Amino acid sequence: MHKMKKCYLGIDVGSVSTNIVAMDEEDMVLESLYLRTQGNPIQVLKQGFIILKERLADTVEVVGVGVTGSGRQLAATLLGADIVKNEITAHGIAALHFVPDVQTIIEIGGQDSKLILLRNQIIYDFAMNTVCAAGTGSFLDRQAERIGIPIEEFGALALQSTTPVRIAGRCAVFAESDMIHKQQLGHHREDIIGGLCEALARNFLSNLGKGKELKSPILFQGGVAANVGIKQAFEKLLGCDIIIPPHAAVMGAVGACLLAKEAVRKTNCTHFTGFDAAVSDYTVKSFECSHCPNICEVVEFHRDSALVARWGDKCGRFSSTKIKTSPTEDELAQ
Amino acid sequence: MKITFPHMGNLYIALKAVFEDLQVEVVTPPPCSKKTLALGTQYAPELMCVPFKLTVGNYIESIEKGADTLFMWGGCDVCRIGFYNTLQKDILKDLGYDIEMICVESLNTPQKIRKFFKQLCEVANTTHSFALIALFIKGIQLVFRLDELEELMIHARPREIHAGSVDILQASFEKEIRTTHGYKETYSLIDTYKKKIQKIEINPTKEVLQIGIVGEIYTVVEPFINFELVKKLGNMGVDVHRSVTTGKFVREQLDFLPFMHSNKKNVHRAAHPYIEMDIGGHCRHTVGDTVLFGEKGFDGVVHLLPFTCMPEIVAQSILPTVEKDKNIPILKLVLDEMTGEAGYVTRLEAFVDLLWKRREYAQDEKMLSRN
Repeated sequence: MHKMKKCYLGIDVGSVSTNIVAMDEEDMVLESLYLRTQGNPIQVLKQGFIILKERLADTVEVVGVGVTGSGRQLAATLLGADIVKNEITAHGIAALHFVPDVQTIIEIGGQDSKLILLRNQIIYDFAMNTVCAAGTGSFLDRQAERIGIPIEEFGALALQSTTPVRIAGRCAVFAESDMIHKQQLGHHREDIIGGLCEALARNFLSNLGKGKELKSPILFQGGVAANVGIKQAFEKLLGCDIIIPPHAAVMGAVGACLLAKEAVRKTNCTHFTGFDAAVSDYTVKSFECSHCPNICEVVEFHRDSALVARWGDKCGRFSSTKIKTSPTEDELAQ
Repeated sequence: MKITFPHMGNLYIALKAVFEDLQVEVVTPPPCSKKTLALGTQYAPELMCVPFKLTVGNYIESIEKGADTLFMWGGCDVCRIGFYNTLQKDILKDLGYDIEMICVESLNTPQKIRKFFKQLCEVANTTHSFALIALFIKGIQLVFRLDELEELMIHARPREIHAGSVDILQASFEKEIRTTHGYKETYSLIDTYKKKIQKIEINPTKEVLQIGIVGEIYTVVEPFINFELVKKLGNMGVDVHRSVTTGKFVREQLDFLPFMHSNKKNVHRAAHPYIEMDIGGHCRHTVGDTVLFGEKGFDGVVHLLPFTCMPEIVAQSILPTVEKDKNIPILKLVLDEMTGEAGYVTRLEAFVDLLWKRREYAQDEKMLSRN
């Protein structure tokens, strides 16, 4: 029997997409999956692992798992992650891997956008959008759907624009009504899309980049990096080239992978539940705790009818039950 | 008369004890919760700052529990707090509540303190102002002891050997303090818990990050609105230093008294190159303390402010300059009823990661230059 190749898995459970990456010990990407979360992270993770099992289970041995993204807690419980990290750190680590002298990262995902500044190969400053989803992937998705063109072609259409119209991009709701208004005035579809791309890039820079020094090399990653229209708009506004790294759409997962490798190097063992994670049956129940007026929505996570984790409570009454190593109050009093 | 007061961190413990010793019936508002915030948001003006909303919520919840007299601090400060009581009286009146409002102005001159005692005499229905002075001092003592207890917890949390030890004790303290009555019992319970915290097994040599928290006092000391920032950072292995606490605030108000000392002059001196005068709220402190944290070699600073807080918006525009001058990273967090916890935690985690990396880098640099 041939020797199994050691590999690490990185999973990024985002609002719009769930990305899974498998890397070997030489940091080569063996497999990468970009799946739509569609509001059902458990189902999509199971689906992803069915595909991975088929492609990889016979040839590789998973020695470490890292998770990131807004669904990181859920994914960590489901898969037995060795490290759970926030998206900002994960994206920074991944960018440094491909372009070691990177100084600026523009990351636009499904629900949020981030600006990460690096100096001397460490994250130095960051900003994340706060209130509005304008300029993020889900908004572009919605506009593409409304105009009736596939999101994959959206960016290319923007490049055909000769005179992009000016769209009010500060707020998603206003941007949409402004787009409809321009459409009713008879502007070309290409020009409206081109104008939207520019509005979003402008909004990003004034919102997140205010007062910050955006030095080159600048990387553009996250799902929206696939949109050439937005890339061009950024280049126009910043007056310099923008690099789209390989695997730009799954950079968070790549970062999680690299972080998993680092984490496992210290502990030398993995908590990975195995590719069969996909086969188990997962159910999530939630209830409202009525113990105090906070009325927290507590989530109970079951694997094959066994309770594995609980979260969502403010006071820790439920979520802390998993910490059994901490002494009780009586023990402390003694 | 049944008296109540708004929440602000653990100030309720001292207020409750003092009023109980005045033989006044006290209604402690339920801890701030989503319901408190929902009530406050419903009845407060939309763009009002979040401390106002929560205090309105506190009042309504207390009135529902039978309170008929509200105790509030305010007066002619240079931020909205001075106007809180007037507006709140109107809002509660419009809601049909028949209540009495006692408003205490700031205590930074002997005249104002005299007026305060006159008000206390009315509350306690007494003319023995000497007894009141003694009680007033006891109240201040409690505020200071509570600060000390919190400092002990903050110090122990990142260094504890068994994860969760401090949090368990804190929860049981908060539970027990509800049953104490008056100054004596409260004081002794605080003392008991101080000893308990000191007995927690810690690793005193553990490497921890040093983060200073600056900003508007309510968002710094009220755990409900800052999503238990102090606890969260502590459990991430951070030693937290709060620039404003109730105790420090009281000290600064009363530091014209010969036996009271505060750090106010130092803070003002540190802020001087950036801002020379008081513009209200804690702006000058936010700037000055950030400078001091930077000079002490802290790893980073978290700046907390309620959405639409005027003095902190001014500080916010000054801080990037301080960040550059003192080479200290600053994370700004704006809080109100719209703030989502997930994004908040992501930022905190990323900030802590960033600070660790910076420290490692600085240490490597030092090693290199030495060789």
